[in-house]
Amino acid sequence: MSGAPTLTPVLTDMWDVDRSWTLAAYEAKGGYRALDRAFAMAPDDVIAAVKDSGLRGRGGAGFPTGMKWSFIPQDNPKPKYLVVNADESEPGTCKDIPLMMGNPHVLVEGVIISSYAIRAHKAFIYIRGEVLHVIRRVQAAVEEAYAAGHLGKDIHGSGYDLDVVVHAGAGAYICGEETALLEGLEGRRGQPRLRPPFPAVAGLYASPTVINNVESIASVPSIVGNGADWFASMGTEKSKGFGIFSLSGHVTRPGQYEAPLGVTLRELLDLAGGVRKGHELKFWTPGGSSTPLLTAEHLDIPLDFEAVGAAGSMLGTRALQVFDETVCVVRAVLRWTEFYKHESCGKCTPCREGTWWLVQVLTRLERGEGTEADLDLLLDQCENILGRAFCALGDGATSPITSSIQYFRDEYLAHLTNGGCPFDPARSTAWAGEEVMA
Amino acid sequence: MSTSTPLDEKTLAELHEIAARYPEKRSGLLPMLHLVQSVQGRVTPEGIEACAEILGLSAADVSGVATFYTMYKRHAVGDYHVGVCTNTLCAVMGGDEIFARLKDHLDVGNDETTEDGKITLEHVECNAACDYAPVVMVNWEFMDNMTPESAVAMVDDLRAGNEVRSTRGPRVCTWREAERVLAGFPDGRADEGPCRRSGQPGRAAGRA
Repeated sequence: MSGAPTLTPVLTDMWDVDRSWTLAAYEAKGGYRALDRAFAMAPDDVIAAVKDSGLRGRGGAGFPTGMKWSFIPQDNPKPKYLVVNADESEPGTCKDIPLMMGNPHVLVEGVIISSYAIRAHKAFIYIRGEVLHVIRRVQAAVEEAYAAGHLGKDIHGSGYDLDVVVHAGAGAYICGEETALLEGLEGRRGQPRLRPPFPAVAGLYASPTVINNVESIASVPSIVGNGADWFASMGTEKSKGFGIFSLSGHVTRPGQYEAPLGVTLRELLDLAGGVRKGHELKFWTPGGSSTPLLTAEHLDIPLDFEAVGAAGSMLGTRALQVFDETVCVVRAVLRWTEFYKHESCGKCTPCREGTWWLVQVLTRLERGEGTEADLDLLLDQCENILGRAFCALGDGATSPITSSIQYFRDEYLAHLTNGGCPFDPARSTAWAGEEVMA
Repeated sequence: MSTSTPLDEKTLAELHEIAARYPEKRSGLLPMLHLVQSVQGRVTPEGIEACAEILGLSAADVSGVATFYTMYKRHAVGDYHVGVCTNTLCAVMGGDEIFARLKDHLDVGNDETTEDGKITLEHVECNAACDYAPVVMVNWEFMDNMTPESAVAMVDDLRAGNEVRSTRGPRVCTWREAERVLAGFPDGRADEGPCRRSGQPGRAAGRA
């Protein structure tokens, strides 16, 4: 495969090992050795190493992980907590769920090292409830880790104690927002909190709390084990290291591709066998449905925080949803908008009411019943939500709409002249090719 | 599918046990409601009262939480909850067609249960398995790369009591059994099933 970029399987490295989720398999690959290295360091030195590595949050926002840890006020007498955000729900994102299914122990080891660094003795892994077998695997990994002395009292003879609770959510996209997640973890409706105070100061039970994405925490053992320089040698200037890129939709071989940040969609598509045979790329999301759509003209943009931002979108969760020319962008955007309406938590008016109105107008347009003025109305509604909603959910709801109007205004208008959708949805299905041939 | 199973002493003890896992007991509420569903097939008024009593909350407080999260059901769920992803990517890849076919085949609407009490059909949001689109969840187990035909065959098997296995997991258990695991009581089946579907290229970050 000449010309293809080098992939960097670290977190995904053992997914194809027999019974990869077991402690035995993880330890055979060197698992839980980074833990001893961490225990030989002062907690502040672990924080410094993570800072030096340049690791930025893998849950979408890209905040520097080590810096987040250093915000924990160690002179605060309250207990410190680590909370893992395993509520992966951003449409198109499929990295944390397969990671926990295939290699839950790398997460558990990351939890121990991270908790040690911030001096927490209790950690929580908040997993969305709708992934039963993933929850089983993480529950079992935690159980195995206790039995092996990786969790509990005096871990590895270090004198350090840690308890981990695996907590299942109950269905709410909003709980991916970190303060809404804390509300859920405290047994309340998952509605975001006003910040400040930030969770580092007053998080779970109003105590200093670090909340990190699964992939961020799972990256920590490799950083401690191989050194900050090793991690920082990958990626781009301000977006260091590797990440899992999940490709889905109209690609020949969808799946998780672990690569240095800065890889391009063109390179990833080369590895994935390209857009499905006989079709071409129409639009894609770089980081889930909350990140503005991009098109074929953006194939060579380095997928790092800076370059995707400069192209008018966001790296987000590296959820590359690929849609070919058979897909109606208006249908796609309407469905995402219905999702945001459904998942709006109801706390703030711009999002609760705004997403409802967006669906009304988009539905009208999709049916070919609107007018061209509805496009301006939509953009006006988006403007009244973006930056005015209580949290990022409302902002995210506007992304697919404004970007699709920017790139595909004519397609919206075609619905009006056509008196409805000009596309045949049957042509977009996974089995469409076969039926056409037959 | 009886919903009259009372919350017995064992269940009440387990509800207390869940609350005790946390530094502050109210944190146990979400898993406690999962446990209520595992015993009674839905969140019952009795279950709400029991959680409220244990946590020192009002029933209104607990109801407010129970009605916020989509996995909690106020009407009885069948033995098998079949969730068809109709978020954009799965919908486009065929999820819409699968959902329409299942509604027709089972003669139920969204969030309704078949007359034999076996299957509750619902369309669900993105379940983080987009690389296997279109995806159907059965009792929150992954059924990957579905077609209308394979989905119909699957629900027929479920109704007939035939064994159905997740494409990446174990034999499908009942919805109530699944809810018990979500409450934090493992069923010892973590080792069943593979980590990913065999024969699917491009996985595991394909070694270059």
